[in-house]
Amino acid sequence: MLNNITLGQYYPVDSPVHRLDPRIKIILTLCLIVSVFMIHTLLGYALMLLFVMLISRLSHVPVKVMLRGLKPLRFILILTFLLNLFFTSGETLWSVWIIEITREGLRQAVHYSLRLIFLVLSTSLMTLTTSPIALSDGMELLLSPLKVIHFPAHELAMMMSIALRFIPTLMEETDKIMNAQMARGADFESGNLLNRAKAMIPLLVPLFVSAFRRAGDLAMAMEARCYHGGEHRTRLRVLRIGRNDVIACLIVAALLALIILEGIFVPTLL
Amino acid sequence: MSDDNRILAEDVTYAYEEADKNAVNHLSLEIREGEFVAVLGHNGSGKSTFAKLLNALYLPSSGRVLVYGMDTADDEQLWNIRQKAGMIFQNPDNQIVATVVREDVAFGLENLGVEHDEMVRRIDEALESVHMTKYAEKEPHMLSGGQKQRIAIAGVLAMEPSCLIADEATAMLDPKGRKKVLDTVRRLNKEKGITVVWITHYMEEVTEADRVVVVSDGETAMIGTPREVFSKVEKMRELHLDVPRMTALAQDLREDGLPLRDDILTVEEMAEEVARLLCP
Repeated sequence: MLNNITLGQYYPVDSPVHRLDPRIKIILTLCLIVSVFMIHTLLGYALMLLFVMLISRLSHVPVKVMLRGLKPLRFILILTFLLNLFFTSGETLWSVWIIEITREGLRQAVHYSLRLIFLVLSTSLMTLTTSPIALSDGMELLLSPLKVIHFPAHELAMMMSIALRFIPTLMEETDKIMNAQMARGADFESGNLLNRAKAMIPLLVPLFVSAFRRAGDLAMAMEARCYHGGEHRTRLRVLRIGRNDVIACLIVAALLALIILEGIFVPTLL
Repeated sequence: MSDDNRILAEDVTYAYEEADKNAVNHLSLEIREGEFVAVLGHNGSGKSTFAKLLNALYLPSSGRVLVYGMDTADDEQLWNIRQKAGMIFQNPDNQIVATVVREDVAFGLENLGVEHDEMVRRIDEALESVHMTKYAEKEPHMLSGGQKQRIAIAGVLAMEPSCLIADEATAMLDPKGRKKVLDTVRRLNKEKGITVVWITHYMEEVTEADRVVVVSDGETAMIGTPREVFSKVEKMRELHLDVPRMTALAQDLREDGLPLRDDILTVEEMAEEVARLLCP
């Protein structure tokens, strides 16, 4: 079970989208977020939907997998929809007893829900197609200009990649400790929430102790291999902007342009 | 850097902050180029501490350590020393930094600021010399302990060191992995002439070393070829160390009056000796 855990949302297949430079993907995702906020009409959302479907096709990530990212948000989505629907004042469309639905309310409910959905979808496009390690690489490089003001870009990326490296190791260890405790009669599964939380203590204590020892060992091993921070460091993984990266930029730029035009020329629907 | 190609410990003492006695106590040792030196000692003898003094992970409280002419107390030379005297540690899991094998081998090179193309060449070479080329793209947690240790060795090798210090590198491995790792290091010692400081408490691992240094209470208790050291069975037992099984057997048989040589280390030697006795 521990042999093929995937971290985060990453959907590990090979595709042109997966192979894009992570820096470009991060920047384009920011562009997408901005464009979602600029959409005013249903036509704009239709454009966005078209784009998401195009990327889904190009990246070999099924739409079903993409929609999975929305699941944890379903309550917030429903809440947003209902609150906006019932509590916006304006021209009454339909009313019964004290409940009143206005034209503005309906408009805002649809608008905000769609905005939320597309925000999640457009960030999912990135996290689904970029491995966590590539993401932290991209972040490091994008943030490296901030080193001038002593922003620890390299250190953050290093911490991230060490954390990723040790997740499987610590999970294996958790498994081992759990088995050892269960062999001596520990019960992790029954009882109410409080009891189960209490049962975790004898699991967490040894796990933490060992994690600290590992950290000490690793620090020493890193020092022995001449680690001295990010200065004068070269990298094995070199990121190069390729033809596909340019094409991706053009596609997103086109989308952004269309959405801006839509905002200007298409009269607000609904 | 000078042309001195030895590692020298001169009257080195080291005490941990909270301890009331010295972990390493006035220890002197010369390690010559290309040598395979085994450092033997029971738990708490100070052998691991000694290892960490050799590449400036610890600095001596008194005395000094010279690595190829560079004083470990000299901050300027710190990275040169660690590049020259690479080290692998006991726990295979706690010394792998990256999420992919070849990137872990690259770690030391990235730190040294080696150019990309040169880096790729050295990584391939290092992986080849520990016979792990086909695992280059694997994730470390999918490998066995012995394989992880060989990756750690490759990580050090890529930095092109003159000396490899192994701090109980086989202590957490199964017998098969232990043999593989030791064979790899021996081969590197013979073929590439890399000096090896092999720290261990397994007697069987040191029988082929050029020299054995027995450390007890932070001091050199015995020093010599494996034969010289193990022939002193009584002394070894005083130091709470075992001798190889065949050496112990020969000693018992000698006590019972059989005229066996006192420097038998391996099963083969024992067989020869018995054959000699049976048909002179």
